[in-house]
Amino acid sequence: MLGYAAKRLLGAIPTLFILLTLAFVMMRAAPGGPFDMDRELPPEVRANLEAKYHLDEPLIAQYGRYLWDVVHFDFGPSFQYRDVTVNQLIEAGFPVSATLGGASLLFALVLGIPLGMLAALRQNRITDYLAMTTAMLGISIPNFVLAPLMILVFAVYNDWLPAGGLGGWQNYVLPVVALGTAMMAYVARLVRASTIEVMRSNYVRTARAKGLSSLRVICVHALPASLTPVVSFLGPAAAGIITGSVVIETIFGIPGLGQFFVIGALNRDYTLVMGVVLFYGILIVLFNLLVDLLYGWLDPRVTYS
Amino acid sequence: MRNSRACLRAAVVAMAIATLGTALVGCGNGNDAGRAKLPVKISPKVAEDGTATLRRGNGAEPGTLDPHQARGVPAANIIRDMYEGLISISPDGETEPGDAESWTVSDDQLTYTFTLRDNARWSDGSPVTASDYVYSLRRAVAPDTASPYAELHLPIVHAREIINGKADPDTLGVKAIDEHTLEIRLNAPTPYFIGTLAHPSSFPVKRSAVERYGNAFTQPGNAVTNGAYTMTSWRVNSMIALTRNSKYWDNANTAIERVEFYPIADANSELSRYQAGELDWAGVIPPSRLETVKMAIPSQFHAVPTLGVYYYGLNLRNPPFKDAPKLRQALSMAIDRQVIVDKITRGEEVPAYSWIPSVVEGYDSAQFEWTKLSDDKREAQAKRLYAEAGYSAEKPLQVEIRYNSNEGNKKIASVISAMWRGVLGADVTLRNEEWKVYLDSVRQGADTQAFRMAWIGDYNDPNTFFELMNSGFGLNATGYHSAEYDRLQEQSAHMPDGSERNETMHAAEAQLLADSPVIPIYFYTSKYLIKPYVSGFEGNPLDIYYSKDLAIEP
Repeated sequence: MLGYAAKRLLGAIPTLFILLTLAFVMMRAAPGGPFDMDRELPPEVRANLEAKYHLDEPLIAQYGRYLWDVVHFDFGPSFQYRDVTVNQLIEAGFPVSATLGGASLLFALVLGIPLGMLAALRQNRITDYLAMTTAMLGISIPNFVLAPLMILVFAVYNDWLPAGGLGGWQNYVLPVVALGTAMMAYVARLVRASTIEVMRSNYVRTARAKGLSSLRVICVHALPASLTPVVSFLGPAAAGIITGSVVIETIFGIPGLGQFFVIGALNRDYTLVMGVVLFYGILIVLFNLLVDLLYGWLDPRVTYS
Repeated sequence: MRNSRACLRAAVVAMAIATLGTALVGCGNGNDAGRAKLPVKISPKVAEDGTATLRRGNGAEPGTLDPHQARGVPAANIIRDMYEGLISISPDGETEPGDAESWTVSDDQLTYTFTLRDNARWSDGSPVTASDYVYSLRRAVAPDTASPYAELHLPIVHAREIINGKADPDTLGVKAIDEHTLEIRLNAPTPYFIGTLAHPSSFPVKRSAVERYGNAFTQPGNAVTNGAYTMTSWRVNSMIALTRNSKYWDNANTAIERVEFYPIADANSELSRYQAGELDWAGVIPPSRLETVKMAIPSQFHAVPTLGVYYYGLNLRNPPFKDAPKLRQALSMAIDRQVIVDKITRGEEVPAYSWIPSVVEGYDSAQFEWTKLSDDKREAQAKRLYAEAGYSAEKPLQVEIRYNSNEGNKKIASVISAMWRGVLGADVTLRNEEWKVYLDSVRQGADTQAFRMAWIGDYNDPNTFFELMNSGFGLNATGYHSAEYDRLQEQSAHMPDGSERNETMHAAEAQLLADSPVIPIYFYTSKYLIKPYVSGFEGNPLDIYYSKDLAIEP
């Protein structure tokens, strides 16, 4: 397994390289630059600014210079937030985004798996319909509709939770629910479908026939098998959290990394966008590796070549 | 049988959810005509020792808090609370002494001598001296600093050469006669010069901090400030916290102990947080909620006309607007600005029948000749000019309106295109581009025709709007080149205040309105929501509100 992990990590390096190059090319291809504003800069000042940030060098030289810095884990200065470096911005934003993303994922799993199992075990009865209706609502309502609605109900009309910003754990409740609801719904449906299938399988019937308690049959024997589709889903789910977090972070005013994608792109902050893209690329590669390893642990039939 | 029971169950469940939802939200949520309801929590943030915190919603995250590099209102709000220049702005928008206790002007109006306060101090206790100002003004014009407002200092001797890289910053016409006396020499009499000294790019920065920390001198812990507050924390995209600067010379009059600035990108979020009691001051109101806000909490709503103009520029370099003054006037005339202000923007904006906003101090704008005409007469005259320009139903004008992507711009462009089509019969296409792409298009000026622009004044004098249309200024996106206008504008920039200057400016403005290289549409109004326990707010056209002038009375 260690060999497999090492091989995967090595194979990720060309992927990340291509990712970075694509990001670089696309950012530069967009018209407009970081120093364009409606108030025109005097030509001497503009030339100075561009020299300071090496924008006057040929593109390939800038690319090479950037690659060299990245290899040394230096993502460069931010064009738009002049007083800080990209490293500092990522350091500040990542814990917040990680907390938000991790908590949403946990929320989705902790609520979705039991909901799905319950629906499968009480199939076609009222519990099942309630659960699946909730799931359908969760998938259908976009998070940017759900979030303001929740703010109205919980923060404005009643005084139960804060409307935004950072503070204590209370500030994370609404964003986590908003971000995690759609995922919870998917997880519930997946678990329900796979549990129904697993409960009909031979080995579960054998376990029952042997006289094991229902609880033991469900939790120890059926659950790991029903979770395999969920684990496969975790990879794209992580990506979904990242993209979903942009909207949630804006609505709730949470200073995570998601906002930097959009704000950075709109302001043509080259270093910030490339830094965040690369960072997220690394995260997704690691996460997918973790998911594959988890898959192998859950399902003993899977082997690594 | 099973199916119908399931259906019934599903229906019951659905109704239960619906009732629960309505109960949570509460009945009577604002659909009664004339009685809009907008719950707002009144809860100031007061600490146990009785000191208060002012929480301000502050728009976008500032790119930098270096007074010489910052631009935009959000950064300026924070910088004005932390630093102070020679001149300050009083709550009603007048200039008043800041660090400079008094000043004298020589007879030829070329030399200003400022006497600094004895008790002006930096937050580290050291006195604010004239050499601090010499260092800072040189830094503001040095090309290395890359200040977007370097040209604000052009009146000062040698500033132009320094900005263009032809002279050393040390040659700037500022001198420290002694620790408390600063002398500034100008190229020509400049009536608006004092106003420029209240702008952040004229603020002092502590040399030792800049040299020691470089770019990071603005961070909390490194920053040394001479204003009413110092920074305690800065979390990008979350909050900037300031606390009282006890060394400030006027600290005794600062009522509020702490200020927190919240950069909230989404206007709806800002309103929600204001309602939830998390903000004391909201700087933006989502346009779709304006009516509700005005009806429900009129005492907390403040609309202040400001020094800003929303206009359409016309590209005079290419057809159809090249050498076509009658067409340009016709297009300007065909727009019903009152409708736009009443029905589209609905934020108490002022329709623009002149180039200079009406709130500018001490100056009565020249207006379009047709301003007082009735709608019918105005439209008839527009049609006549359109025909004289050579267009008709068989040969309609083909014109494109370009604007940067934004709901408000889109609505206004749609309405104006409908007006041009309805009144004149012109064929209008709309095109929107993302902001940076749009800036690029306007700068290149290759294929733009009518394009949306805005300009906010830097100081309270008509010159800040007049110089924009000088053919040598900045972008000159319209390509307007009138020798007569340039002459009148430059002349008025250097005449002493008085009726002669006003007449010259009037003539320049009249020329501009007749030539119509731009179509002013409305003048901006800033809108604020301020909790009733915050006192000291007086609207001013410069949009400058120092936290030290406010107080919280729970």
